[in-house]
Amino acid sequence: MTLMTKFLSAAATGLALAATSAVADPALIYDLGGKFDKSFNEAAFNGATKWAEDTGGSFKDIEITSEAQREQALRGFAEKGFNPVITTGFSFSTPIANVAADYPDINFVTIDGFVDPAEHPNVLSVLFSEAEGSYLVGMLAGMESKTGTVSFVGGMDIPLIRKFACGYAQGAKAVNPDIKVISNMTGTDPSAWNDPVKGSELTKAQVDQGSDVIFAAAGATGLGVLQTAADNKVFGIGVDSNQNYLHPGNMLTSMLKRVDLAVADAMTAGADLETGVHVLGLAQDGVGYAMDEYNADLITEEMKAAVEDAKAKIISGEILVHDYTADDTCPALSF
Amino acid sequence: MDRMPAWADVVLIPLISLILAAILSALAILAIGESPAEAFYLMVDGALMRSSGWGYTLYYATNFIFTGLAVSVAFHAKLFNIGGEGQAALGGLGVALACLYIPWPHWSLALLGSAVGAAAFGALWALIPAYLQAKRGSHIVITTIMFNFIAAALLNYLLVNVLRPVGAMEPASASFAAATHLPTFQSMFSSEGNTLFRGSPANITFFIALIACVFVWLLIWRSKLGYEIRSQGYSESGAKYAGISPSRIIIIAMLISGALSGMMGVNATQGAAGRLILNSAEGAGFIGIAVALMGRNHPFGVLLASLLFGFLYQGGAELAMWTSIPRELIIVIQALVILFTGALDNMVRWPLEALFARLRKKEA
Repeated sequence: MTLMTKFLSAAATGLALAATSAVADPALIYDLGGKFDKSFNEAAFNGATKWAEDTGGSFKDIEITSEAQREQALRGFAEKGFNPVITTGFSFSTPIANVAADYPDINFVTIDGFVDPAEHPNVLSVLFSEAEGSYLVGMLAGMESKTGTVSFVGGMDIPLIRKFACGYAQGAKAVNPDIKVISNMTGTDPSAWNDPVKGSELTKAQVDQGSDVIFAAAGATGLGVLQTAADNKVFGIGVDSNQNYLHPGNMLTSMLKRVDLAVADAMTAGADLETGVHVLGLAQDGVGYAMDEYNADLITEEMKAAVEDAKAKIISGEILVHDYTADDTCPALSF
Repeated sequence: MDRMPAWADVVLIPLISLILAAILSALAILAIGESPAEAFYLMVDGALMRSSGWGYTLYYATNFIFTGLAVSVAFHAKLFNIGGEGQAALGGLGVALACLYIPWPHWSLALLGSAVGAAAFGALWALIPAYLQAKRGSHIVITTIMFNFIAAALLNYLLVNVLRPVGAMEPASASFAAATHLPTFQSMFSSEGNTLFRGSPANITFFIALIACVFVWLLIWRSKLGYEIRSQGYSESGAKYAGISPSRIIIIAMLISGALSGMMGVNATQGAAGRLILNSAEGAGFIGIAVALMGRNHPFGVLLASLLFGFLYQGGAELAMWTSIPRELIIVIQALVILFTGALDNMVRWPLEALFARLRKKEA
């Protein structure tokens, strides 16, 4: 009897769940890396949380576990009326393109992905100029390095990560044309985003080769990179979120990619979201370098002035940072 | 030691294992402050109470049937093929090459072509470890595991450097032409005004998987080759004495096994994604091991176990969407089922055997 009542009440809760969620709350779908990667996806989560705290609103989120769940989660949220449905990671471009036409009243947002706005008017593609932000932290690395060697640890070897590496190398070479830039990728499959041990090994190898500033763009793998950099008393550079707090004194800076702002903006706009393509670069404060109390002593006034100068020149178009993904080549680094 | 009746071996042991796994899962869900009853309701509702849920359950099941059959065919020859993941990935590549570079006039022809591509690529990927085992004595478990990594690296290289359309960010091939798209359950079973299987990836490949089950049954229990495979599995020296060449059987069994794994690519790559994506096998190669263990290496058992794991996958997705149960816990639940039905089989078997032995003694 008790089991029966329990089951019935569970059924009722299930129904209630289905009924109450028909309001136009936003929904957020994280990529396979997961919500708490201390980096890209977590930035999205932080942006959404901050939005919920500021506005008193609520949102629903899901961490997918398989490729087939991409479309499934999109459809699930759209069918229940969540609006907008926000996704993190470029792998959502094709699933959104497959789904969007079936739900013309729902707006979809892809962060890092690209969906043709001419074909799908209800999709917003948010892209970042990672090359520009990486260029600035590359300059800082080049100025800080005593050994004349800096390095980069990427996650999975994909064009997006090469874009980070290429911008970084260009920035380092802009301040010191003779500098040596070492670049390593952690792996070739998605586990490379979550392999701090291997990240740590690569970092040790780079330190042995003389590198004293190491930029990690590798999701959770980067945590191992930054830890090892701190253990070896060299500098680490974080990525996506501000990671300066992880190892105060050994974190030169972090390359910020303001995924949190993009998510919060989309949630604030709600159903009135302006769709299309937004590219967030230095000019829009979509990317940048992190300055806070943890690295204030490490960045001298000259360094800051040089970087701010370059930032202004990039915004004005005087300095052109080459984007690896534009033609799959990099003038400053060979892969 | 007396044997148990067959029904107890086939039905009772998996059932008790499942119940044990369910109890432990319920405790884990209770421990994080969610209601197990509600979670179970959501899983059943999401996976079995709607046609779109069935569409996902059957889609996952199709993958698991292929990889499960692959493991069981090899297992009948006492070969532990852990390389289903890599063979399925290569199968996906075979499908993609067939769909991208041959202008098929109709999906039925494209299906034939891609099935041949998938089976050939999967079989070839299994051939190398098979050859090393047969002729060089390198252990098949080690080599097939390593070939999973080689397959992942190879696919990554091809997708990033060769198959990726210029300017695209994602390491994936271009989308296949519309003529290669397989009929989905939605287009097959929906009538006007009544959409069934809406948006779900289940497609005609499910029926090919069912045919594959029959094929494997005929092969293992109704063919000369199957007899040779089983003889080799029971006793290699015995088989050798009977004039069966061990190296020939190793290679043939692994070729069939690899081809079956590769066929998964038809479902995942051509049927669902419509393009080749990285990690297209998604762990189904490993789930296939659990499916084969639970299904007692019999095609019908593999089919049932595949449906169960399809339900767990789809139900797990529903849990992730509508509760605050973290995805790690959903993996724990799936792992518990694998642990109890596969690895801890003897934990249930021994007490049961003792029980049946005692019952029999009483009767006597």
